[in-house]
Amino acid sequence: MTTLLSILFEPGVFASEPVRTAAAIGAAAAIVSGVVGVFTIIRGQSFAGHALADVSSAGGSAAFLFGLNPLLGFVGMGVLAATSMELMRADRASERDLVTGVVTGAGLGVAALFLYLDMTTSSTTGAAVTIMFGSIFAIPTSLVMPALLVGVGTLVAVGALYRPLLLCSLDPDLAAVRGIPVRLVGLLFLIVVALAVALSAITVGAILSTGLLIGPAAIALRLAKRPGLAILLAAGIGVAATWGGILIAYDSYEWTGGHGWPVSFCIVTLIFVAYVVVVQTGLGRERGRQPQRPRVTKTSAFSVR
Amino acid sequence: MFEDFMVNTWIAATMVAVVAGIVGFFVVIRGASFAAHALPLSAFPGAAAANLMDVNPLIGLLVFSGLGVAGVSQLTRHGRRDLATALSLVMLLGLGALFLSRTTEYFQAVYALLFGQVLGVSNADLGPVAMLGALSVSMIVILFRPLLLSSVSPELGDASGVSARLMEVLFLGIVALATAMALPVVGALLVFSLMVGPAAAARALTDRPLGAILISAAIAVVTVWAAIALSFVSDWPIGFFVGGLSALAYAAGRTWAWAGALRL
Repeated sequence: MTTLLSILFEPGVFASEPVRTAAAIGAAAAIVSGVVGVFTIIRGQSFAGHALADVSSAGGSAAFLFGLNPLLGFVGMGVLAATSMELMRADRASERDLVTGVVTGAGLGVAALFLYLDMTTSSTTGAAVTIMFGSIFAIPTSLVMPALLVGVGTLVAVGALYRPLLLCSLDPDLAAVRGIPVRLVGLLFLIVVALAVALSAITVGAILSTGLLIGPAAIALRLAKRPGLAILLAAGIGVAATWGGILIAYDSYEWTGGHGWPVSFCIVTLIFVAYVVVVQTGLGRERGRQPQRPRVTKTSAFSVR
Repeated sequence: MFEDFMVNTWIAATMVAVVAGIVGFFVVIRGASFAAHALPLSAFPGAAAANLMDVNPLIGLLVFSGLGVAGVSQLTRHGRRDLATALSLVMLLGLGALFLSRTTEYFQAVYALLFGQVLGVSNADLGPVAMLGALSVSMIVILFRPLLLSSVSPELGDASGVSARLMEVLFLGIVALATAMALPVVGALLVFSLMVGPAAAARALTDRPLGAILISAAIAVVTVWAAIALSFVSDWPIGFFVGGLSALAYAAGRTWAWAGALRL
C-alpha cells in the first residue's frame, strides 16, 4: 500500500510549497471556471469565453511592461473587452460571433504590440510564452490572495445573478416579458466571464484557460439534467482534472528523466479525454443554445441593413 | 519601404490577403468565426513540433491544421460545434505547450508564429505560399455553388443533394489550407483578423455574393498593405496594425450600413 502510494504520489509532493500554491490556486480557478462555464455553454458563448482569455493576455503583457500586478492587467483588459463586445453587439444574435471575432482581433493586435515592447525593453524573449502558456508552478505567493479574492467575487456575482441569468439564458423572450433587463444581465455576465477567465489565464495560461472554462462544464451538462447539479459537477470535474494534472506533471519529472510534462498539457489532456469518452459513449446529450448561424434571407442577404 | 528585402514581403502578404478575403466571405456567412480563429491557433503547435523533429515547418502546420479539422468534425458528430471547436483547440494547444517545454531556443519563434513575421520572407518561402493559396482558392471556385447554397441554407442544400456535413468538412479544409499558407506570414492570431474583419465589412456594402467576395479581398489587401507600411515606418509589429485596421474596416462597414438605413 505504501509503495503504491509512493508510486502515485512522488515523495515530497505535498511538502513542496509551489505544489501547494498551485493546488490551491488551480482549484480556485477550476471551481470558478466550472461554475461560469456552465452558463457560458448554456448561452452559447464559448467563443466569447475563449476570446476573452486571448484578449486579457494583452493586459497581461501590458502589466509585464509597466511592472504592474499581472492580475490587474488580465482583469482590466478582460473587462474592457467584455464591455466592448456587449456594447457593439447588434440586436441580431448571429452578429454576436462576428463582433466577438473583430474585438478579439483588435485585442490580439494590442497584445502583439505590448509583447513586442516587452521584448525590446526587457530583452526577455520568453514573455510571450509565459503570458500565453502560463505556469502554475511559478505563481508568486503575492498573487495568491488577490487571485482568491477575484475568485470569490466572481462566485458571489454568479450567486446574485443566478435566477435572472438562468432565465435570460434559457428563454430571453420570457425574461424580457417578466421585466428582466436582458442586455444588462448579458453585460454583467460577460464581465463575470472575463473575471473567471483572467483568473485561470494566470494559472494555466491565457490560451489554455478555455480548457477549464469549457471542458468540465461541457462534460457536466451532458451528465446532469438540472443546472444546479451541472454547476456542482463542473466545479468538481474541474478540480479533479487540475489536481490530477498537477500530480501527473509533478510525477512525470521522475519517469521522463527531468523532462517533465508541462502541467497545462496534463490538465488539458485529462479534460479532453474525459470529454471524448463522454461524447463517444453517447452519455446524455448537450443542452443549451447552439450559437445560431447567420440567417440569410433574400432581403437581408449579406447586409447588416 | 520597397527595398529588395521587402519585395517578397509585399508579394507574400498580398497573396495571403487575397486568399483570406475570399475565404473570409464564407467564414462570415457560415457564422464560423470561432472555427476561423481556432484552426490557425491550433495549427501553430505544428510548427513547434516540426522544429523539434527537424522537418519543414509547413508540414507540421498542415498536419496540425488537418488534426484540427478532424477533431472538430469528429466531435461535432455527437455534440455541439462550438464545444467541439473549443476542445479540439485546447487539446492541440496543450500539445503545443508540451513541445515548447522541450526547447527554450524557440521562444522568439513562438512570437513570430503567433503574431507574424513579415520581414525575411525568402524566395523559397514564396512557392509554398502561392501553391497553398492557389489550392484553397481553386477549391472555392470548384465548390462555389454547393458551398454557397449549403452556407445560406443547410436544409435546402441537403434537399438538393448537397450534404451539409460534407460541405462543413470541405469548408474547414479550405480554412486549414489558407491557415497553413498565411500563418508563417501574418501569424496564427491574425490570419483570423484578416478573415473576419474585411469580409464582415464587405457584407455591409453589398448584397451580392460575388461582389462581396471581391470587396472583401480588396479590403483585406488594403488592410495588409497599410499594415506593412505603418509597421515599416513605426517599427511596431505588423499584427497590431492588421488587428486594428480590420476592426476599423468592420466599424466603417457597420456605420455605412447604419447610415444607409437612416437614408431609407
